Amino acid sequence: MRSRAMPKPSWNLEYLMWIFTRISGLSLILLAVLGISLGLLMGARTQMDMGTLMRWAFFPNSNHVLDSEIPDIFLWANGFWQIMQILVVVFAATHGFNGLRVVLEDYTSPGFWQAALRFLIFLLWVFSGLVAIYVILGS
Amino acid sequence: MALSRKVGLLAGAKYKGGGPMLAWALHRISGLGIILFVTLHVIASFLTQQMGSDLGISINIFYESIYFQLFIVFCAIFHGVNGFRIIVLDIWPRLIRYQKESTWLEWFVILPLYLLTAFIMIRRFLAG
Repeated sequence: MRSRAMPKPSWNLEYLMWIFTRISGLSLILLAVLGISLGLLMGARTQMDMGTLMRWAFFPNSNHVLDSEIPDIFLWANGFWQIMQILVVVFAATHGFNGLRVVLEDYTSPGFWQAALRFLIFLLWVFSGLVAIYVILGS
Repeated sequence: MALSRKVGLLAGAKYKGGGPMLAWALHRISGLGIILFVTLHVIASFLTQQMGSDLGISINIFYESIYFQLFIVFCAIFHGVNGFRIIVLDIWPRLIRYQKESTWLEWFVILPLYLLTAFIMIRRFLAG
């Protein structure tokens, strides 16, 4: 059997988002592991319960650890964690809204309504990203 | 689109896709579950913090209930581990031959992680 020639990938939206989904997925796992490990190093082992640490791992915002027994919020609310939060939000929102677009395109046929829903998802992505960064820099 | 995809729910359920198909379906469901949770959380936080509305507190009670939490923990763990499996198979395409085995292997990671977490959560819930 003759093997097929490898198709040359063209840099369209589908291909770019296919790559981005893999990269952002790996990054999100890595960011969650970093959140848990650094949280444990900062004293979570004795100062908070598992649920609070998991909330922190999902999104390292200081509001998520306020009702624990940490003595000082300073370690948990600073520029480093703001950068980590922006990374989590940008990766997760883009990964999630793109996933929603893929699911949507599976269950609708091309036409006006699919285009309208795609545009709505795009607007939601831009809006939620801006709001999230505003909230992160304000908290 | 060349393919006609008008397949009913019953015909779809009868299709013998096995482990990889179950993983595909659960990956989709768990992804949508995480979107649902994050959306509810953002709406509830906005309503309580900016509007002082009781609706936000009601949504909060809904997604902080033990049933929703058990569901969302499963979604997060499954989506993460299965996504990692997909990435590994995509980086090393020769491993696609062992796709079925890889779905069995992932359950050996997911089940202990999820059952241990669920055990801690339920014990806490029962203790009050």
